[in-house]
Amino acid sequence: MGPGLDVDQGLSRRLASFFDGRPRLQVGALLAGPLGWLAIGYLGSLAILLIAAFWSVDPLSGEVVQGFSLENIEVLFDEPVYRSIVGRTVAIAALVTLTDALLAFPIAFYMAKLASRRGKALLLVAVLVPLWSSYLVKVLSWRTMLSSDGVIDWVLQPFGLHGPGYGNVAVWLVMSYLWLPYMVLPIYAGLERIPNSLISASEDLGAAPFTTFRRVILPLSFPAVVAGSIFTFSLTLGDYITPRLVSNNQFIGNVIFNNISNNLPLASALALVPIVVMVAYLLVARKLGAFEHV
Amino acid sequence: MRLSRKAALILRAGVGVGLAFIYVPLLVLALYAFNSSSILKWPPPGLTLDWFGKALEDEFAREAFLTSLKAGAVATAIALALGTLASLAVARHRFFGRETISFLVILPIALPGIVTGVALSNTFTQVLGIDLGFFTVIVGHATFCIVVVYNNTIARLRRLSTSFEEASADLGAHTWQTFRFVTLPNLRSALGAGALLAFGLSFDEIIVTTFTIGAGEETLPIWIFRNLFRPNQLPVVNAVAVLVVLISILPVYLAHRLTREEGGPAAARGGAVEAEATAVP
Amino acid sequence: MRTPAHPARTAWLVIAGLLALMLLLAGCGGGGSSSGGEELAELGKGEGQVNLISWAGYVEPEWVKPFEAKTGCKVNDKVAGTSDEMVQLMRSGQYDGVSASGNATARLVDGGDVSPVNVSLVPNYKTVFSDLKDQPYNTFDGKPYGIPHGRGANLLMWNSDEVKPAPTSWDVMLDPKKAAKYKGKISAYDDPIYIADAAVYLKTHQPELGIEDPYELNEEQFNAAVELLKEQRPYVGEYWSDAAKQISAFANGDSTVGTTWQYQYFALQEEGEPVAASPASQGFLPKEGATGWSDTWMISSEAKHPNCMYMWMNWIIEPQVNAEVAEYFGEAPAQELACEHTAEKDFCAKYHAEEPAFWKRVYYWETPLADCGNGSEECMDYNKWVQAWTSIKG
Repeated sequence: MGPGLDVDQGLSRRLASFFDGRPRLQVGALLAGPLGWLAIGYLGSLAILLIAAFWSVDPLSGEVVQGFSLENIEVLFDEPVYRSIVGRTVAIAALVTLTDALLAFPIAFYMAKLASRRGKALLLVAVLVPLWSSYLVKVLSWRTMLSSDGVIDWVLQPFGLHGPGYGNVAVWLVMSYLWLPYMVLPIYAGLERIPNSLISASEDLGAAPFTTFRRVILPLSFPAVVAGSIFTFSLTLGDYITPRLVSNNQFIGNVIFNNISNNLPLASALALVPIVVMVAYLLVARKLGAFEHV
Repeated sequence: MRLSRKAALILRAGVGVGLAFIYVPLLVLALYAFNSSSILKWPPPGLTLDWFGKALEDEFAREAFLTSLKAGAVATAIALALGTLASLAVARHRFFGRETISFLVILPIALPGIVTGVALSNTFTQVLGIDLGFFTVIVGHATFCIVVVYNNTIARLRRLSTSFEEASADLGAHTWQTFRFVTLPNLRSALGAGALLAFGLSFDEIIVTTFTIGAGEETLPIWIFRNLFRPNQLPVVNAVAVLVVLISILPVYLAHRLTREEGGPAAARGGAVEAEATAVP
Repeated sequence: MRTPAHPARTAWLVIAGLLALMLLLAGCGGGGSSSGGEELAELGKGEGQVNLISWAGYVEPEWVKPFEAKTGCKVNDKVAGTSDEMVQLMRSGQYDGVSASGNATARLVDGGDVSPVNVSLVPNYKTVFSDLKDQPYNTFDGKPYGIPHGRGANLLMWNSDEVKPAPTSWDVMLDPKKAAKYKGKISAYDDPIYIADAAVYLKTHQPELGIEDPYELNEEQFNAAVELLKEQRPYVGEYWSDAAKQISAFANGDSTVGTTWQYQYFALQEEGEPVAASPASQGFLPKEGATGWSDTWMISSEAKHPNCMYMWMNWIIEPQVNAEVAEYFGEAPAQELACEHTAEKDFCAKYHAEEPAFWKRVYYWETPLADCGNGSEECMDYNKWVQAWTSIKG
């Protein structure tokens, strides 16, 4: 025990002794802050917003009527345009997730298993630095690359092709680009946790490298891929800025944004969709082990 | 791990493709920062350093940059406090509803930014009747930053054997002393990595910020959004973006060096610490 | 490990209870509609700051800096691209004033977000053009709710190198056969109010529909307009709401024909881009006429800097200032005396500032209401316009 301990005798000792032996109080004190903030502040705010989904708007005055009504939820199911918007958003979110998983895996694998200590550090910095360049500027950069006579057209022209221009393909490209680092890092962490001894054992037992990959590495890293996919999926699901800048198509976020001021109940009803989707996704991810560390 | 020549080649190609995908658009972006014309045409007609000068002189950009730094610092501090508290509770105690905490913590970042932003804004202005401003922005940012600190610290706490803490208690230290002299030093690198990522998230956040910021304030992303399409401001925006990236390389690298664990089997795990910040609890 | 704790269950119940309480409070009490404020009785000292929401090009350093020097009120301006954005921003109660078009004014008044203006505190109001005073879009319940800023028509603009011959009608964008020629290069305004442009077009080209007021449409007329826009959809390259975004689209060739404001047109001309629009001498009107806007500065019912706001409203129609404002943007000034101060001597004549007859062919943006104004209540209200717009864009 060093000299520093004597300094703490007064208030902190008395407080600490109060908590010693009262584990429930300890838990309570520890959780009061975070839970107060999250459960009451955040969840409460969400609930207040989502309650509006069950209200309606008076057709004549445009005022919000607070009586219980399912009409907004019904509109979401009945009107084909909302179905197609939700479908488009979810489909692109899934595509982006798949693309990022495919792009991220080699990088993460190389970083975790094959790079030297120096290489690991360099690659890590290389993957992290783009996170610090502004999201908006990156999207704008893509917008100019995709514009007619932009970089992409310029590169493809000698081959007689031209770029995808603005549209769903553009949104897919840009989103895959933006969220890639969020997929690399968890996969890297997951692969790091696989002991090299397991891989050596598999090789010693005679498995070809691809078999080892398929039957040892892939299953063990799958939870990490799922963990990364939570970010890529949810970030795509809610974005409205990128679709606006590189396409004319509406995503869930755009329609919510457009309806907030004149039809809050409809906007809230729409907000329910990504919430339900993400909660379901999180539950499935938990089942698949994404929430566990080895 | 042994790989055939072919497999190693394919792997390297995959890494190359990935890295190229990440960096080519950034290089294009950087190139436009030197563009002598203010309209975005390709290829750029000429090169100039003017925009960097303008960027450094622009007082709105400077103010926005400082506001972002301040907001990020405070939000990160709050996230550090709350995230650590929550992870201590979950990792070291058992109680009813323990699993829900992990779920609750990830919600702000898993749900779309627009939902979080509108919900918080609504509560601030309608239910609580307070003005939007610096404080409300920090609240918004801290809310989704908690999870990155939480993930990191809980991962570390789970790996940390409780025997150290028990030994400390047996030797007569009370809870605060144990925390301060035993637990905290071991958490340091996890906290550092969590803080770094939380700060990065807050610094670049636009959607929640749009809904929670007041009329007279600007964070850097808000400033960028405002100037994004103004013809004469656009190259300045590009220059600012390039400057921010350059400025950030050093802290990221330093943070990585500092948070790398010294000695032991963990040392070989290099950057797993930062990686865990984005893993799920 | 510690023992499991039953009090934890109680704690969760407490949290759930608090949440329910919050919901109850929000449901019964809150829900946001503020009551409209009172008009200011007396002008006091400036508060040092004023927070404005405006259209692009309305709040520029040229006249902001002298204002700040003279009154000590620092101007913070947020540029919005659509009236919907403006209404949303005003609802937050964080701003002092807004330059509202007719499709925002009624909603702001109805929502209690703005207060009437005490025009006796705005000396320059006396010499505002009389056909801008007491209009249905700026006067409610007989009380003036704002100070006119200026007015103009929405413009048909095209790239003169790519679009030949020079169009004289909106059919280049709205007739599917003609629009197909410029597939992917058409630029349309991204707001439900654009449906009125289709209605203006149909008023001339399908007179059997009997469209009189493009903002008061019965179901048949409305559906026809919506159908027209759905047919236009495949040919539209970009729906714009950010003025500068449209400028860059025309400059790099992504768009070659579209509906725009004078602000973009003049900005592109200055950059040397080959853009053209029907001449200013025609007020930029293609033969069917056009939608347009007559904008009004309104003061928030929750304004924290009302004195500075009143000073701003008086400043913006100061003859010298309103002349600068009008010439910068390219719109007709609201202030009669401004015509003597314009740099270009016949500016007011060119922009028909003093010709009420001209503005009969310009359909100022208005808020669509169910009340058709002729006794029937079967017109489409704004919510239907918004929903239709969502389905047009798809």
